[in-house]
Amino acid sequence: MKTLADLKKIREKAQEEMKLRGGNTRIKVVVGMGTSGIAMGAREVMKTFLEEIANRNLTDVLVTQTGEKGLSSLEPVVDVIEEGKPKVTYGNMTPEKVKKVVIEHIVNGRIVSDYVVATGN
Amino acid sequence: MSLKRIDLLICFGSGCLSAGAQKIKDRFYEVLQAKGLSSEINIIETGCMGPCDYGPVMVIYPEGIFYKKVTPDDVEEIVNEHFLKGRPVKRLMIQDEEDKTFFTQKEIPFYQKQVKVALANCGFIDPESIEEYIATGGYEALGTVLTTMTPQQVIDVIKKSGLRGRGGGGFPTHLKWQMVHDNSSPEKYFICNGDEGDPGAFMDRSLLEGDPHRVLEGMMIAAYAIGAKNGYFYIRAEYPLAIKRIKMAIEQAKKAGLAGNNIFGSDFSFEAEVRTGAGAFVCGEETALIQSIEGQRGNPTPKPPYPAVQGLYKKPTVVNNVETLGNIPTILLKGADWFASMGTETSKGTKVFALTGDIKNTGLVEVPMGITLRELIFDVGGGIIGDHKFKAVQLGGPSGGCLTTQHLDVPVDYESLKERGAMMGSGGVIVMNDEKCMVNVAKFFMDFCVDESCGKCSPCRIGLKQMLEILKRIDSGYGKEGDIEELQRLGETISKLSLCGLGQTAPNPVLSTIRYFRDEYEAHIRDKSCANKVCPDLMHFEINKDKCIGCSLCSRKCPVQCISGSREEKYTINQLPCIKCGTCMDVCPVKAIAKIPGMHSDVKAQREAEELQQQNQEE
Ligand SMILES: Cc1cc2nc3c(=O)[nH]c(=O)nc-3n(C[C@H](O)[C@H](O)[C@H](O)COP(=O)(O)O)c2cc1C
Ligand code: SF4
Ligand code: SF4
Ligand code: FES
Repeated sequence: MKTLADLKKIREKAQEEMKLRGGNTRIKVVVGMGTSGIAMGAREVMKTFLEEIANRNLTDVLVTQTGEKGLSSLEPVVDVIEEGKPKVTYGNMTPEKVKKVVIEHIVNGRIVSDYVVATGN
Repeated sequence: MSLKRIDLLICFGSGCLSAGAQKIKDRFYEVLQAKGLSSEINIIETGCMGPCDYGPVMVIYPEGIFYKKVTPDDVEEIVNEHFLKGRPVKRLMIQDEEDKTFFTQKEIPFYQKQVKVALANCGFIDPESIEEYIATGGYEALGTVLTTMTPQQVIDVIKKSGLRGRGGGGFPTHLKWQMVHDNSSPEKYFICNGDEGDPGAFMDRSLLEGDPHRVLEGMMIAAYAIGAKNGYFYIRAEYPLAIKRIKMAIEQAKKAGLAGNNIFGSDFSFEAEVRTGAGAFVCGEETALIQSIEGQRGNPTPKPPYPAVQGLYKKPTVVNNVETLGNIPTILLKGADWFASMGTETSKGTKVFALTGDIKNTGLVEVPMGITLRELIFDVGGGIIGDHKFKAVQLGGPSGGCLTTQHLDVPVDYESLKERGAMMGSGGVIVMNDEKCMVNVAKFFMDFCVDESCGKCSPCRIGLKQMLEILKRIDSGYGKEGDIEELQRLGETISKLSLCGLGQTAPNPVLSTIRYFRDEYEAHIRDKSCANKVCPDLMHFEINKDKCIGCSLCSRKCPVQCISGSREEKYTINQLPCIKCGTCMDVCPVKAIAKIPGMHSDVKAQREAEELQQQNQEE
């Protein structure tokens, strides 16, 4: 390392690794992981999100989980929350659907309306 | 790019380690492994998070959920409920008296009035990872300084910031730097003082353990400013983790090209070394510390010459405290004005304190200068434990002073504390409740200073010992008229005539307690009574015959067999042989035995008789 620009490069990479501790996240994906969600495959859904996001090097996306969402007939349920936009809730998610949501919604900014079960707060 | 979705930060500060943090971490490994979650969760060991009394503590991101007093048995529940189902475990969160639960670290009242500058990363990053330090802006200040600023410009920024030494004296940092900067000597040294010998203090240790790169970066910036190529970290051998961490930081920085030759492509080259001290309080004094690094006995030397003129190996040297250095990178990044906007007229920025004693939230805190003692003790510290009242606070370590309820609204800054007979010191805060005896407290600190006096100069070596003898006499019931005045006379003389800061300040606890609790000294001397029943000779145990059921338990358990009686007569303590062990009070099934203030009349009479006899013999 010889210059401030070198340091900046290391910093950006390191910040990426620390993004869970409150870096700049553009989109938050919240997977409902209540007992019924898990029974309906919420863990697979979450894992697929993590993998897809990692494979695509999406540095500003955060995946977290929450408890029961009160939508048990629609489990697994996933919220996609983008700064300054209404929350989008997808239902009956599967790993296949996750892949599509990642490409369409998270990468290209187009909501996959077929899977949407609710919007807004 | 990682697949992680949770950062689990476990506090590995000394407090939490001794409370079992390692076991918690091991248990997490096991459970996560068993459940196939290892790839989703980062486990990170951090430095002290602050509320040590609640250890082992942890913070879980992204939400920032804070758990206290976690045991290995709680781990499975955390994983199942929180990590898998997203339901944080409420019973492990901090609650206040009104049963309000605080979910995230940010909400906890303990953190509300704190402002973290030196401690910004402590408890938030992995101290063994240079990358994490860099992620928080680390080494940016060093890079900027080396590539865009002259040493004089650096000193000017520090001057404008108003930074004063955090090691005790509060000497303006830029003045020392300027003196050494202006010296034309080709060889100069920089020393970081990490001796920290005050009982109960752990500020510097926590910073070295929790964010070693910050201290190293601060040292390098300072070394550039004064023109030194070599720096020493002087750390006591009792702090092995701090030593390990700082050594690791030096190695990592070298590997990354952030220490060594031509840092950031500049002309500046720097080597840092660690020296360990044997742990004598006086070795924290800068001239003694220099002697110690040179391999001599750690005795203070007269000043002048000051280290800035003739320091290590007789070369111009700056000695700065760990926390002082911890502020440097941030001041250069955020600017002098930002730093100077915190604090009071003469005391800028923040100060780290180690809260100990009878206070709810014992631990490590950083607050803006100028905060009142009330805010520090009651808002941040959570007030006094149990049903007791606040009585006094000892600020400034063993040679600081005691302040009392009347001072609760005093702002914490160098001058305000000094005016009232205490001092900022390095940041040890010992809070005392209304059960304490101030004569006893003063004796405790005096005992420490007598032990730690290096013995080089006589006011300190002989004078302090004399003061301790008088205190011992007072608290064993042999105090006499004039003792208070004699203590004051001795204290003032020793303060004036001692060679180093130890002797100069050691009388402070006695002088300040006489100033604010003179009535307690008088009661000890005149009435032979310790109102709080702390001094054994000035209190006694008594059996209430109305309550006593004559079970004889106390009599059988008394180690010196000084309790006698019968079921009918009830039991009585023979006061002369009683050694005040308190066993009788502990074993009595009906709580018939109580501690009573004051020397028992039998003992008084016996002592008077002895005195008379002695006088007769002398005549
Ligand atoms: C008896 C005695 C003990 C001291 N112990 C320490 C100490 O443990 N750590 C420290 O930084 N300064 C200690 N000091 C103050 C140092 O002499 C010196 O003033 C300080 O390290 C300067 O750094 P600063 O200007 O950054 O505060 C002690 C002073 C005395 C008289
Ligand atoms: S004041 Fe005490 S500690 Fe300091 S040099 Fe004198 S004897 Fe030693
Ligand atoms: S233990 Fe208590 S009750 Fe029993 S003899 Fe002693 S004072 Fe009386
Ligand atoms: S050591 Fe863990 S909070 Fe201080």
